[in-house]
Amino acid sequence: MAAIYSLYIINKSGGLIFYKDYGSKGRMDTNDSLRVASLWHSMHAISQQLSPTLGCSGIELLEADTFDLHCFQSLTGTKFFVVCEPGTQHMEALLKVVYELYTDYVLKNPFYEMEMPIRCELFDINLTQAIQKDRVALLGR
Amino acid sequence: MQFFGGSEISPSPPVPTTAGNNAHMMYVFNRNGVCLLYREWNRPLHTLNPQQDHKLMFGLLFSLKSLTAKMDPISSDKGNLGVPQLPGQGCSFHSFRTNTYKLSFMETPSGIKIILVTNPRTGDLRESLKYIYNLYVEYVAKNPLYTPGTSIRCELFSTALDQYVRSIA
Repeated sequence: MAAIYSLYIINKSGGLIFYKDYGSKGRMDTNDSLRVASLWHSMHAISQQLSPTLGCSGIELLEADTFDLHCFQSLTGTKFFVVCEPGTQHMEALLKVVYELYTDYVLKNPFYEMEMPIRCELFDINLTQAIQKDRVALLGR
Repeated sequence: MQFFGGSEISPSPPVPTTAGNNAHMMYVFNRNGVCLLYREWNRPLHTLNPQQDHKLMFGLLFSLKSLTAKMDPISSDKGNLGVPQLPGQGCSFHSFRTNTYKLSFMETPSGIKIILVTNPRTGDLRESLKYIYNLYVEYVAKNPLYTPGTSIRCELFSTALDQYVRSIA
């Protein structure tokens, strides 16, 4: 079964605003997740500089030995990235769904301050569902 | 990490994954970060001068490797972020893709890094990079006139490389 290991959301300046772990070994502590998130932000920016042609918008997929990292950057610079098993399909679609949930339950929440860590119960609930639904869809095929 | 092509002199090149000329550029770094070889075939955009470009590329790979080593969801003992690792140690990566290019990366046990930048729709180039490493071993490492750590100026290597990259990408 293809599994999702973790999900990160970072704001436009590279700060981690949401991190959820779905069962990877040696879970990262808060400091490490913050560091990894801002490191990813810089790597994403550097990859644009090294592009051989115009119009590069940064890394979309990183294939490591033991995982795949799919990244989606919204127009406002917020980055969503998911760490999953190598070869997992439909991750772009999942990231779009997560983005939609973010706009609905986080941005439209009047108590949410922009660029600050996300603490919205409804977002958590719907996110858990979306990720499970995704798993079910993958299992069904 | 396994050694490849131990006894074979020149294994047959892997089957091309796509057709057409879509390779952009290639870098070879040694374990100290010295750029031994830089070749470009099709690169319309230069944002930096060559030296800065090589440094930035090496820095990107170095940091991405420490990122993947730290993120590795399989192993539980990962050490601290940013601690330099020996070649083959920790979880590495073999490629990343953006909307305009795909970068394939290989690190050999001796710390030689081979980087090939191609069209984003290129398939898996791991076998091709191994073949390029074999070319390096045959034409550069076995060349008695080559001093390790200096930039590669071997005509045979360049021609073989050009020919091969044209055939794969």
